[in-house]
Amino acid sequence: MGERRRPPIFWALALLLALFIAFMYGPILTIVVLAFQGPNGGLVFPMNGVSLHWFAELFEPQSIGDIRGSFDRSAALGLAVTICTVVFSFLAGLGFRRRFRGASLLLYLAIASLVMPSIVVSLGIGALFELLGIERHWYSSALGAHLTWTLPFGLLIMFAVFNRFDPAYEEAARDQGASGCQTIRHVVVPIVLPSLVGVALFGFTLSYDEIARTSQSVGALNTLPLELQAMQTNATTPVIYALGAATTGLSLAVIGTCLAAVLWARRRRARYGSDAGRAV
Amino acid sequence: MNRLARAVPYLQALPLSAVFVVFFAVPIVLVVVVSFFDYETYQLLIPAFSLENYREVFSEDVTYRTYLMTVEFCAITWAITVTLGFLIAYFLAFQVRSATWQMVLLLGCSIPFWTSIIIRMIAWIPLLGRNGLVNQLLISLHLASKPQEWLLYSPFSVIMGYVHLYTLVMIVPIFNSMMRIDRSLIEAAVDAGARTSQVMRTVILPLSKTGVAIGSIFVIAMVMGDFVTVDVLGGGQVASVGKQIATQLSYLQFPPAAADAMVLLVAVIVMIALLMRAVDIRKEL
Repeated sequence: MGERRRPPIFWALALLLALFIAFMYGPILTIVVLAFQGPNGGLVFPMNGVSLHWFAELFEPQSIGDIRGSFDRSAALGLAVTICTVVFSFLAGLGFRRRFRGASLLLYLAIASLVMPSIVVSLGIGALFELLGIERHWYSSALGAHLTWTLPFGLLIMFAVFNRFDPAYEEAARDQGASGCQTIRHVVVPIVLPSLVGVALFGFTLSYDEIARTSQSVGALNTLPLELQAMQTNATTPVIYALGAATTGLSLAVIGTCLAAVLWARRRRARYGSDAGRAV
Repeated sequence: MNRLARAVPYLQALPLSAVFVVFFAVPIVLVVVVSFFDYETYQLLIPAFSLENYREVFSEDVTYRTYLMTVEFCAITWAITVTLGFLIAYFLAFQVRSATWQMVLLLGCSIPFWTSIIIRMIAWIPLLGRNGLVNQLLISLHLASKPQEWLLYSPFSVIMGYVHLYTLVMIVPIFNSMMRIDRSLIEAAVDAGARTSQVMRTVILPLSKTGVAIGSIFVIAMVMGDFVTVDVLGGGQVASVGKQIATQLSYLQFPPAAADAMVLLVAVIVMIALLMRAVDIRKEL
């Protein structure tokens, strides 16, 4: 790493990246700003005063949508999806470390589920419930639909983790007389904890924002993204921006919490990395 | 004990397998089956073996136009995202030298991926709309005399939306491939007198083609099947295969929607199969 001078291409590409980041964040910043419109403000600039009016409006009963109900459903669904994604991916990741029949079939199924156009999955689940005569609900058919989207991410992350996992740690634990469950609980889980937080982040945020696979599988009561899609077609006030700003804020809070948790888990791993010579 | 130990991986993979079988494999098989079904207003699914749904799909002029438009969107979006994705990944992997900056910049690019897709689309409306920021700017700078209508609810805004949503999906796998390239290969090329552009074309591009292929698979699958972006940013002016299926489903016409979905699926599988010939995904993990 000498003090070489930056070539012109560095500056050209740095500019490109800066423009790209502006392109990524620009639109969302616009609606965050517009969410603070005054009570008489419209859907576009200029700002007609500055207020929290539209955020307050979020808590009033709406004529064009059911914000509270759809938020509650999305949050509960996201939580359920997160738990299932973390547990199922972790277990499957453990299973894939040993040979079992159907392993490659299962992997292909996961990858197929990842790249399958969402509308097809959604349609299939809708048809399945329709044929069986079971009513579609967010906690049944939509939960399954979300898992077909989050589990491939979880499984691929666990794959990457266990490919780099040194089995010597487990052998050491076994030599010390730990049972299988003890090895997993006291050795494997602490080591892969940062990645499990990553899987949880994927699970919650992908579910909370999912719309395509939910559309045909959710039944009569919408999740928040679907409610937003329905609301935006006849939105006449900035309340939709306030909702957008609030839900983006929640997403950012989840991402921030997960990043903090990863850092915490890493530091913890570094601190307790070796307890050689110390009795448990 | 030995038999029990052998059962362990099966038990561990069981919950995941069960989800994929019940909510993915069975539904996809059902889509195939239902595409041959008959339907009536009050009976949504009548078991039958009829090719009527497919005949309808292929006999309508609209179908061909819709497919052509979808493929066109897909091609344009792919061209833009792969160029942007490659250049940005190259910058992050080879031009940014500190690992911390690499992490910070990559994270900066990926945070929007974890926020709401629908909000990211709605956010374009106050920018591109008739009285939006872009039109206000164009008019105040005298670059246009009246608001430009093609900015929103048009193919332009739909493609803009796709690029906004999916470029990251290109950046990450390409960056991942690039980080595995042995740096000494690049030094060797430079020592042999290659210019930066030559290194990029003859060393980095061939060695990151796996990443390019994986990113392309995602972008193609998502754009081909999309109906949400077309709905929000196309505003009824733009058609797509996915939207056609969604519209049929809103009238609860499962069998014709399934036939359409089958045609879409075959189109996507053909495109992906062509790309898969270039890569072995399992090697990348």
